[in-house]
Amino acid sequence: MSSVAHGEPLLEVVNLSKHFGAVRALNDLSMTVHAGEVVALAGDNGAGKTTLIKAISGVFKPSGGEIRLKGQPVTFATPQEARDKGIETIYQDLALADNLTIGANIFLGREPMTKRFGFLPVLDRKKMADAARKTMALLDFHVSRMDAPVSNFSGGQRQAVAIGRAVYWDAQILIMDEPTAALGVPEQRKVISLIHQLKAQGRGVIFISHNLQDIFAVSDRIVVLRRGVMAGERKIAETTHDEVVKLMIGG
Amino acid sequence: MTISDTNPPASTGQGGSPPHGAAAPTHHVAPQADHADRAKSFVQRVADLRAWLFLAALIIVFESWARLDFGGTFVLNGFNLQSIAIFAVAPLLLATGQTFVIISGGIDLSLGFIMGLAAVVASHAINALNPALGLPLAVLGGFVIAVAVAAIPGFVNGLLISRLKVPPFIGTLGMFGVARGVAFLLAGGTTVPVSNSVFATIGNGRFYSIPYIVIIAAVFVLIMHYLLSQTRFGQHNYAIGANVQAARRSGIDIKSHLLRLYILSAICAGVAGVLYAARFSAGAAQAGEPLLLDSVAAVVIGGASLFGGSGTILGTVAGALVIAVIQYGLVFVNVEPFWQFISVGVVIIISVLIDQAQRRFSGGRQDE
Repeated sequence: MSSVAHGEPLLEVVNLSKHFGAVRALNDLSMTVHAGEVVALAGDNGAGKTTLIKAISGVFKPSGGEIRLKGQPVTFATPQEARDKGIETIYQDLALADNLTIGANIFLGREPMTKRFGFLPVLDRKKMADAARKTMALLDFHVSRMDAPVSNFSGGQRQAVAIGRAVYWDAQILIMDEPTAALGVPEQRKVISLIHQLKAQGRGVIFISHNLQDIFAVSDRIVVLRRGVMAGERKIAETTHDEVVKLMIGG
Repeated sequence: MTISDTNPPASTGQGGSPPHGAAAPTHHVAPQADHADRAKSFVQRVADLRAWLFLAALIIVFESWARLDFGGTFVLNGFNLQSIAIFAVAPLLLATGQTFVIISGGIDLSLGFIMGLAAVVASHAINALNPALGLPLAVLGGFVIAVAVAAIPGFVNGLLISRLKVPPFIGTLGMFGVARGVAFLLAGGTTVPVSNSVFATIGNGRFYSIPYIVIIAAVFVLIMHYLLSQTRFGQHNYAIGANVQAARRSGIDIKSHLLRLYILSAICAGVAGVLYAARFSAGAAQAGEPLLLDSVAAVVIGGASLFGGSGTILGTVAGALVIAVIQYGLVFVNVEPFWQFISVGVVIIISVLIDQAQRRFSGGRQDE
């Protein structure tokens, strides 16, 4: 079945396999993500979702197959290389340094410097705060105190900061691993609206979730994995909860 | 409650324009939330400044005590201030290194004997260099050699902790023993006298009644403050202490950071050792022995968390001064010296209780 969007896909995964010894965690899997498209990745535990995103984000080297970015075959030795090419993975917990400001988190590891008194290099906190304010506004999150550590913010707001960092560094593909799992219902809605924003900005999103409500609320397509192979791929508009569940459990 | 969510999909079109982003926040912050936010930041500010408040309270106590008991003044006495400042130099320098290490989530137990090692090495080196280089250059050479030798145990600490994944407590405890033994061996089990008048002047002279060693320590601490608060190294140190995974995933080289970190703390101890040798015109292996725990205490009183991720050099300065004022003040008002231990102990506990209370207060995130 072909994808919803037209034109060249942003990301193509072609016959990707990953074997751990005799265990075939992922077998000949192919999928695409277009610009401005949200693709949900669903499947039971052990279906291969995590293996797939780790292969795409450079954590694992695939055993076979190919990943193409805007038509060009790519290989990643490290997650850093994937990030440099515009593929950003947002994990639930491990994303932020709680004691630092939003700006400092966005720039963590690549802090901008400026000169004081014309010679003394110092961190450019103003640039970090300005960039943070602008980026968060882009996600429709408005922050009044840029000097507060992110530990002051709620789970959904912190999720927004992590997404903001990816947006600031111009990630084209965002992989979000269970972004709503640890959040209360109002916070889940905020994250869903964030994903809508990313889509509107023309980025591709791979969205992993166990929550069918969320998947149906935000995705254009759903790819269901079962035991390392594609169990089915559907446009959200043309499927139902029942059908997806059947694909997941193999009924 | 500093972020608020607007009506999401509807405003997508204008979300990208900066003027919207810049103008919006004022409309979105509920007054009540702002009030709670201000109350919280007030408590946080008080907690952040607690070491300075302690210091002010102690000075008031000793001043009143001195006036009531024997009609003298404690704080307006230049000699007292000089003595307290000199007293605080070595613990402060150790505590400065310790601040970096504790913020990163580690601890450095070897600093005391690294200081002793540096004091002994500086003494030997200056004595050896005196004839060849002349007095001033011998001091400079001795300083460089002593600090370089002090950096070696720091380098080993860094290797153990960053490459071999030894917990900082154990790695630096081992180096505590090694540095102690080497320092005593080099000193031949006794103190090593230095004969260099320039060195003695640095250790005991004054510039407009401010002791040279206090000036040197102040400049050094100021540089360390800059390093922690204004550079990438300092920023990464905070990030590593809060969430080492996040720091690693942000591309920070954790291994090389930790290596440099423990070398840095050892260098702080090395400088403390050289200043000790200057002050007493002698190097002693046990110079820093009683100061290690004082250094940890100064950092904790100064507002750092032993869990890592928080703390400042300025807080540590206040913490070191608190300890020095307690120790000197109790002697000044003629109380048995053993009360020092009790007072410092009580201040440490109060400080940690404030830290816990602050955590509980600011820990309640506004999830809903």
